[in-house]
Amino acid sequence: MSDTIKDATLEYAVRLGDDANVLGHRISEWVSHGPFLEEDIAYANVALDYIGRARMFYGYASELADDGRTEDDFAYMRDDRQYHNLLLMEMPRGDFAYSQVRQLLIDVYYNLLLPKLAESRDDTLAAIAAKAIKESRYHLRRSRDWVLRLGDGTEESHRRTQAALDSLWGYTHEMFEMDETERLLADKGIAVDTTRLRDEWHRQVSSILTEATLSVPEDGWAVRGGRIGYHTENLGHLLTEMQFVHRSYPGCQW
Amino acid sequence: MSAIPLMPEEHYRRLQQRDSSEVKELWDLLDEVKDPEIPVLSIWDLGILRDIERQGEHIIVTITPTYSGCPAMDTITEDVKAALSAKGYDSHEVKMQLSPAWSSEWMSPEGRRKLRHYGVAPPEDADATEDGLTPDAHALCPHCGSSDTRLLSEFGSTACKALFQCQACKETFDYFKKI
Repeated sequence: MSDTIKDATLEYAVRLGDDANVLGHRISEWVSHGPFLEEDIAYANVALDYIGRARMFYGYASELADDGRTEDDFAYMRDDRQYHNLLLMEMPRGDFAYSQVRQLLIDVYYNLLLPKLAESRDDTLAAIAAKAIKESRYHLRRSRDWVLRLGDGTEESHRRTQAALDSLWGYTHEMFEMDETERLLADKGIAVDTTRLRDEWHRQVSSILTEATLSVPEDGWAVRGGRIGYHTENLGHLLTEMQFVHRSYPGCQW
Repeated sequence: MSAIPLMPEEHYRRLQQRDSSEVKELWDLLDEVKDPEIPVLSIWDLGILRDIERQGEHIIVTITPTYSGCPAMDTITEDVKAALSAKGYDSHEVKMQLSPAWSSEWMSPEGRRKLRHYGVAPPEDADATEDGLTPDAHALCPHCGSSDTRLLSEFGSTACKALFQCQACKETFDYFKKI
């Protein structure tokens, strides 16, 4: 592996790890706040899947970096500007409809992305993806069910679900943008060319939203920046909470 | 109609691997290591024990996680090391292998029986949906055997299980998901 490719792969693994870590943390915030016990546990399960993925991606990043940093260093010792997750992942959990709509948008995305990543020429990325795809199929079934139920539910649940959708839509475009790093890796068959996933994503999401009696938002505005470390205010607050113990009590174990 | 029971191919391969291993005694030894979440199942029964090798005095054990975030993996790693140390195998390491991804097909027939007896419906006690996922009804109740059951939650007490309720005996039970 040439140094350029190696550095790019390291950055790519960190990005995928950051997406999983930040989203996993956001979902975990529902633990003990779920609307009922089974849903609370379901959220904990999904959060664990994402945190597990983050560990695998960071573990690979630390192998590639080979500079003594561990997966914990990637998760706990970087500040918000060094995090390269998509902005969609860091948005606050909002109400239940908001979290489920976000989940649907992301679950459809991963169900398209992971099968492609499982064909990556990078064996480790391919192995992580092959493992994760099995979980994401279950995630999508749940978020799809909830969006159908909430969108086509009461007047109040419909209103909240549509509001969530309208406020999240502008954050979805970033999922399908490629910068130089990812373009380089995609040309080598390592990264997934996400620009090619957009049409199918839009088709699947639109079909679910329509069935849920929701209107598909127009592509009016778009926010980006997560991949180069420009975040919303929310990420800093999230990291403060997530990194507190590790930074205050270095090496603490229990 | 009677049918000849066939051993699943995947299990046959695993048995062959175990029987032809140069360190058969270590496979037997690691039968002691149980899944901390389902203590009736050994790591062999679950299919997460993938390989054992000896290089000189050094033992390398390879395991694979069921789900990406399975919190039991750290405990299992420690338990494998402790079981080896207790028998005097001091030089050892536990490797995590991701590929091929774990499948519920790898669970041993004995493991499936133990699971049912423990009160958890094994994967084959429900017909999978077309897309291979957990159905929303009719997993066989491990308590009374009824198929009059329905899915309460896709995600049960751990990532690998879904929660069902039996309409006949009214008990809730875990179903070990197909994956």
